Amino acid sequence: MKKVLMCGNEVLAESAIMAGCRFYAGYPITPQNEIPAYMSRRMPEVGGVFIQAESEISAVNMVFGASLTGARAMTSSSSPGISLKQEGISYLAGCELPAVIVNIMRGGPGLGNIAPSQSDYFQATRGGGHGDYRQIVLAPASLQEIVDLTTLAFDLADSYRMPVMILGDGLLGQMMEPVVLADSVERIAYSAKKDWILDGCKGRKPRIIKSLLLGNGELEQFNERLQKKYNEIKNKEVRCEILHGEDSKLMLVAYGTVSRICRKVVKTLREEGKKVGLVRPVSLWPFPEKELRALTGNVERFLTVEMSCGQMVEDVKLGIECKKPVHFYGRSGGGVPTEEEIIKEIEKIMY
Amino acid sequence: MEPIFLKPNSLRDVNTHYCAGCGHGIVHRLIAETVDDMGLRERVIGIAPVGCAVLAYDYWDFDVTEAAHGRVPAVATGIKRSRPENIVFGYQGDGDLAAIGTAEIIHAANRGENITIIFVNNSVYGMTGGQMAPTTMLKQKTSTTQSGREQKLHGFPLKACELLSVLPGVVYAERVSVHSPQNVLKARRAIKKAFQVQLDEKGFSIVEVLSQCPTYTGLSPKESVKWVGEEMTKQFPLGIFK
Ligand SMILES: Cc1ncc(C[n+]2csc(CCOP(=O)(O)OP(=O)(O)O)c2C)c(N)n1
Ligand code: SF4
Repeated sequence: MKKVLMCGNEVLAESAIMAGCRFYAGYPITPQNEIPAYMSRRMPEVGGVFIQAESEISAVNMVFGASLTGARAMTSSSSPGISLKQEGISYLAGCELPAVIVNIMRGGPGLGNIAPSQSDYFQATRGGGHGDYRQIVLAPASLQEIVDLTTLAFDLADSYRMPVMILGDGLLGQMMEPVVLADSVERIAYSAKKDWILDGCKGRKPRIIKSLLLGNGELEQFNERLQKKYNEIKNKEVRCEILHGEDSKLMLVAYGTVSRICRKVVKTLREEGKKVGLVRPVSLWPFPEKELRALTGNVERFLTVEMSCGQMVEDVKLGIECKKPVHFYGRSGGGVPTEEEIIKEIEKIMY
Repeated sequence: MEPIFLKPNSLRDVNTHYCAGCGHGIVHRLIAETVDDMGLRERVIGIAPVGCAVLAYDYWDFDVTEAAHGRVPAVATGIKRSRPENIVFGYQGDGDLAAIGTAEIIHAANRGENITIIFVNNSVYGMTGGQMAPTTMLKQKTSTTQSGREQKLHGFPLKACELLSVLPGVVYAERVSVHSPQNVLKARRAIKKAFQVQLDEKGFSIVEVLSQCPTYTGLSPKESVKWVGEEMTKQFPLGIFK
């Protein structure tokens, strides 16, 4: 183990390499440029491939190609670039190919700005591309968690054969924090046998990778199979952290960068004897619905805090089946909710 | 009796979905023959486009993947860079390569990716019902140029081979045709040469194949081969560009 000081984007890139990622393609966009820069340097050292593609569309399709040969492959971008990748993500889902897609979110819509934001939650969790598909979405809140979730992202992508998104924001990507990394690159050699890849039909029947299903009822059957897989994921892969679930009257719900601010709010208000807690979804899809619902006994009100105009708040309402009032406080377009703002909001609602 | 003509091993024994007189089937066969001749069946990975040839994987008896419309060269890049030991070829129509996938083809070619592209130029969008393609001839009637393609409104027919051959990453670019037996044989030689370029690790190779789409040129199979031979070759001269 070694302790290093790097920015979030670099931690993510190194973690991907450690997770066995040997193919990266991307297109420059702020605030995630440290990822392609790092990959361009690091990939050749580990015998992997780095390509600066001509567009995000091309990058995700290169990842599609690499993935179908069995390589652990990743692409990264920020909001406008992720919009361009949606077609490719839908094809990855339709062809059941594993891949990791990183979105270090910035402000939108349109070109927006380069400030941190969480306004791609809908796109990430609803499947911004076409068709009846899902992607797993993981939202780290610290640099150390980026290490763990990046590894997990590759493992989940391979075991479920589907795209997995790591959803961060510009703040997380740019900030520096000490993290502990394993010494060896070979630490996590994912060994799941991939008996579906294309590598030339030597000694076996030819294989086809496709998402076009024209037969009578064929696509419906396939989609039902996908739904089965998605239901299994909903049952097994929900991840979230709950602070003071047992006695909180007011429960904050926040992910990523905002959850760090909310954690401080909880600490401050608890010191004043106020029963405030925090639910931090780590997997945004699958969303911790049951976990939230289980809190509706003691929790009187929920307050969702986001760097958006209100996106995850819809999942909170759905999750608790509107059993309790759900409030929202958000800043968008580069605004970051402060501790004071959140406390003021809580006081408005509760005290 | 000695058989003098056999089905290539790399071609499955199935019915075709192509219209009568369509050139795609001929090009599929030429690729299968080349793969057999060169002993590449167990090494090759093909990429089927979105277009009438989307079902190419139903015909070729080797590993094949689909790619999104126009993205064949990017997918080919990902495959080849991950597995340089495989022989990777992409099959593209003119809408796929010369319209929606223009960026992908130019940049794969310019990077000098060691892949082979077989580009079927049939002057129309077959799959979607005969709309104008970038390669549609001036005056040619399509469902979106109903009084004929007009340069002022629709631009010029795009010459992909000429365009690509100026890029230093392109090692081999030839335009052939499948409108007559002699030309089919030439096309076969060109495809073989393109695969050889990849085997020799020299870089990007492309074979543009002028092909007939009787259905959406509104011609009989017989008339359509004549049209390709006499009209299309005027706009798209055959030959080696690089
Ligand atoms: C993103 C996207 N846009 C449009 C289409 C519809 N579409 C399918 S094939 C095609 C054009 C096919 O023409 P071409 O590449 O010339 O091949 P052909 O069918 O003539 O062989 C189009 C526009 C699609 N499938 N995907
Ligand atoms: S529409 Fe044209 S290109 Fe498509 S199968 Fe028919 S003849 Fe061939």
